[in-house]
Amino acid sequence: MIRPGSEAELAEAVAGLSAPIEVRGGGTRGGLGRPVQAAETLTTEGLSGVSLYEPGALTLVAGAGTPLAEVEAALAAEGQRLPFEPMDHRGLLGSEGEPTIGGAVSCNVSGPRRVQAGACRDSLIGVRFVDGRGRAIKNGGRVMKNVTGYDLVKLLAGSYGTLGVLSEVAFKVLPAPEAAATAVLRGLDDAAAVTAMTSALTSPFDVSGAAHLEGETLVRVEGFEGSVAYRAERLAERLGAFGEVELERGVEAAAARWARVRDAAPFQGAPGAVWRVHCRPSDAPAIRAALPGAEAFYDWGGGLIWLRLDEGVGGGVGDGGVGDDGGAAAVRGAAAGRGHATLVRASAAVRASVDVFEPEAAPLARLSEGLRERFDPRGVLNPGRMRA
Amino acid sequence: MRMPEPDAGVVSRRDEIVAKLGAVLPEDALIWDERETKAYDTDALTAYACRPLAVALPRTTEEVSAVMRVCHAEGVPVIPRGSGTGLAGGALPTADAVVLGVSRMNAVLETDYDDRVIRVQTGRTNLSVTGAVEQDGFFYAPDPSSQLACAIAGNIAMNSGGAHCLKYGVTTNNLLGVKMVTVTGEVLEIGGPGMDAPGYDLLGVICGSEGQLGVVTEAWLRILPKPEGARPILIAFDSAATAGRCVSDVIKAGVLPVAIEYMDKPIIHLTEAFVGAGYPMEAEAMLIVEVEGSPAEIDEQLEKIKAIAAPLQPTEMRESSGEAQSAAIWKGRKAAFGATGSVADYLCMDGTIPTSALPEALERIDAVIKRHGLRVANVFHAGDGNLHPLIMFNANAPGELEKAEAAGAEILTLCVELGGCLTGEHGVGVEKRDLMHRQYGADDLDAQMAVKDVFDPAWRLNAAKVFPLDASAERRAG
Repeated sequence: MIRPGSEAELAEAVAGLSAPIEVRGGGTRGGLGRPVQAAETLTTEGLSGVSLYEPGALTLVAGAGTPLAEVEAALAAEGQRLPFEPMDHRGLLGSEGEPTIGGAVSCNVSGPRRVQAGACRDSLIGVRFVDGRGRAIKNGGRVMKNVTGYDLVKLLAGSYGTLGVLSEVAFKVLPAPEAAATAVLRGLDDAAAVTAMTSALTSPFDVSGAAHLEGETLVRVEGFEGSVAYRAERLAERLGAFGEVELERGVEAAAARWARVRDAAPFQGAPGAVWRVHCRPSDAPAIRAALPGAEAFYDWGGGLIWLRLDEGVGGGVGDGGVGDDGGAAAVRGAAAGRGHATLVRASAAVRASVDVFEPEAAPLARLSEGLRERFDPRGVLNPGRMRA
Repeated sequence: MRMPEPDAGVVSRRDEIVAKLGAVLPEDALIWDERETKAYDTDALTAYACRPLAVALPRTTEEVSAVMRVCHAEGVPVIPRGSGTGLAGGALPTADAVVLGVSRMNAVLETDYDDRVIRVQTGRTNLSVTGAVEQDGFFYAPDPSSQLACAIAGNIAMNSGGAHCLKYGVTTNNLLGVKMVTVTGEVLEIGGPGMDAPGYDLLGVICGSEGQLGVVTEAWLRILPKPEGARPILIAFDSAATAGRCVSDVIKAGVLPVAIEYMDKPIIHLTEAFVGAGYPMEAEAMLIVEVEGSPAEIDEQLEKIKAIAAPLQPTEMRESSGEAQSAAIWKGRKAAFGATGSVADYLCMDGTIPTSALPEALERIDAVIKRHGLRVANVFHAGDGNLHPLIMFNANAPGELEKAEAAGAEILTLCVELGGCLTGEHGVGVEKRDLMHRQYGADDLDAQMAVKDVFDPAWRLNAAKVFPLDASAERRAG
C-alpha cells in the first residue's frame, strides 16, 4: 500500500509509477464502479486533517483523506454542516473502514438534501489534485464565487479517481438548522406519492427532502423554530389532500429518519443487485412500473429511484452466476429515454461484465476519453473503474 | 492589452468566406458591412473594440451548426456572443473571426412546473426566463445585475452570479443540461431535465468556459417556486470594519439571507445624488440584508439579524415594513453603477475574497487607489465576498485609463493574496487574461488548457481569451 503523507509525496509517488494503481480513501466505497485491475493500492489516508475552517465565511478546507466524521464533527461544533448530506455506503455495501471526504467527492455522493442544497459538486469550491503525470494541480479556491478559468472542480467531482488523485478539497458549508420537521403520509401508491412530493416541492415552503419508502411518504423542512413550525403546518394542510398527515418534529427524529433514506436502509442486509435511476420525477412511476418484480423506493421527490432486484428479476441477482447481468438489461430498458441507471451493488464479476455507469452517447464518450488521455495519459489511475 | 495578429490568409479570403456562410444562412442572418457590424465590435468592456470578419445571427441550432461547419472547413476563428453585456471583453472580436451571436434564438421550448425545469434557447435574456414562469409562481434564481439584457448563453459562458446567489447559487448550480454545437458543427446534448448526468461532469466544465468549448444553443434550467415574500433591512455603520464583522456574525449565527449587499460612503453619496433613496449620508458603510419567507418567518429572521447587529452599535437600522420601503432600500443599490457612470468613467472590478478578510481588503484597496491618485466606490455582494470596486477615472485625460487599469490589476492581485480570486462572476475574458499567472501556476493553467485541447484541438473558439497569451501561444499556433 502506497501511503503518501503530503501532496509532494503523492506527486512523487504518482510520477514514479510504472504500473496502474487503485486509488482509495477509507475504502468504504470501493464497491462502487467497476473493479480496478491494479496490483498496487494508493491510499490518501495520510493526507488528513482540516486545514482551514472559517465558520463566519462558511468555508472549510480539508485533506482528501480526512475522515468524513472528523469534518462533520468540526462543523457540528460550530453549528454548521455539509449541505449535501453524503450517504454512508457501509451499510449497503457491507464495507468497513472510515469514509473520507475525498471519497465522497470522488463519487459525488449526495443525499436527500440534493433537491434543495444541490449535489456534492455544488458545495465543492476548490480542489488540489495530482494528475496521472504526477503534477500537483490546483483549481478553484476557498471562496464561494469564482469564475477564474475553467471549473475543473466539477470535473474532478464524480470522476472516481480516474483524472487525478485528490489531495485537498474546499467546501461551502451551511448553518445546521435549530429545528426540523417531517410530514409523514402513509399508504400512498407510487404515483400518488410522487404527486404528493411534487406538490410539496413546488410549494414556497423550502422543502429539504422528499422521499417515499416502506409505505411512507416523507417531506422535510429545516430552519429556525418559528419558521419550521409555520412551514410544517402549511405543508400538512397542503398534503392533507393526499391523506392523513402526521407531523414528526425535532432535529434528532429527522436525523434518524432521513439517515435511513440517505443510506438506503430498506436495502441493507437484503440480497440482490441494487440500482439507482436518475429521472424526471414525473417519469418515476412509469419507470418503476416497468420493473414489477423489483423492490423500489424514491428520493429527491422521485428524481431518484432506488431499485433492488431479487433472483430471477430482470435476468439476475448480481452474484455473478451464469448469465447474470445484475438486471442491467431490464433496468436500462425501463429507464430508456427517460433516465439513466447506475449499478450500485453487485458482485465484482457482474460489475466487471456490465456497464456500471450509463454508457454515454458516442460523442460525449469521445470527449470523456479525450479528457482521460490528457489527465492520465499512462492510464495508471484507477483503470477500468468507470469504463472497461 | 495585446491581441494576437489576425490570420492574414483568412482576412484576405473574407469575400469567399462570407459567400460560403451566406450559402448556409438566410439572407438576414449574416452581416458583414462595416456599418452593420459596428454594434458587434465590442461588448460592455468598451475600452476595446475590433471589427470582425462577419457576424452570423442564426435562428436555429441547425444554422449554428452550419456556420460552425463552414468556419471549421475554412479555418476561421469563431467568437460566440450572447447579448454583449459582458464586462471582461469575452465577446471582443478579432479581425479574422466570425462573431456568432445567439440573440435571435430566444424561445422557451418547454416548461414543466412539476419537474421544476424549463428549456430555453440561450439567446433568451435572463430576466425573461423568470418572466416566462413568474405568473405561475416560479422564478429562475441567478440574477446578474445586467439581467434585463444579458443572455442565458453569456450567463453559461461566464457562470454568472448575482445578488441572490448567497442562497441559490450561481449559474452552474442552476443549470441541468445544454445543447451545444462543437467547433466542428456537431450537435451534443449534455445533461438534461434529470439530476446528475452519468460520466464526467462535462456540463460543469462547459459552464464558465467563456465560449471556448462550444456554442451553447439550448439550456435546461432549474426553476424554483417563489418564496412567499422578501424584505430587506438597511444597517449603517460608522466603520467599514464593523460592517464587515456584522456580515460574518450574521452568517455565523445561522441566518442565511438571500442577499447581503455592502455599500461604502462614496457609493452611498453617489447614489443619493443620483436617485435620492434616502440613505444615511453620514455612514461609512451600510449593509442591505434581505431575507425571505412568510411575513412571520421574515420577522423571525430580521429579529435575529437586529439582535446580532445591535452590539456592533450601528448608526441606523431601517427595517422595511412593506413593498414601498423595500423598493426604497434597494433603489440606491440598484442604481449604483448608473450613478457612478453619471459622474465619471469607471472600471468595475470583480475580485472575490474570504469574507473574513473584508476589512483588510477594503483598507488595502483604499491605499492602492490613493497611491494612483484615483477615486473608488465600493459596492458588492458581501455575503460571498464578491467585491466590485468601481475605479473612477476620466477617459479623456491621457494616461488615466492605463492608471485605472494598473490600479485594478493591483486590486485583483491583492484579492488573490488574501486567499480569494481574480473574478467572482464576470469572467476572465481579455480583461484579466494576463493576470491569470497571479492565481495559477503553469501546470494549473496547462490542466485547464488541456480541456480546451479536447473540445477544440485547433484553438479556433474565442482562443485569445482566458489564458495568458504567452501560456496559450503554442496551442494557438497549432
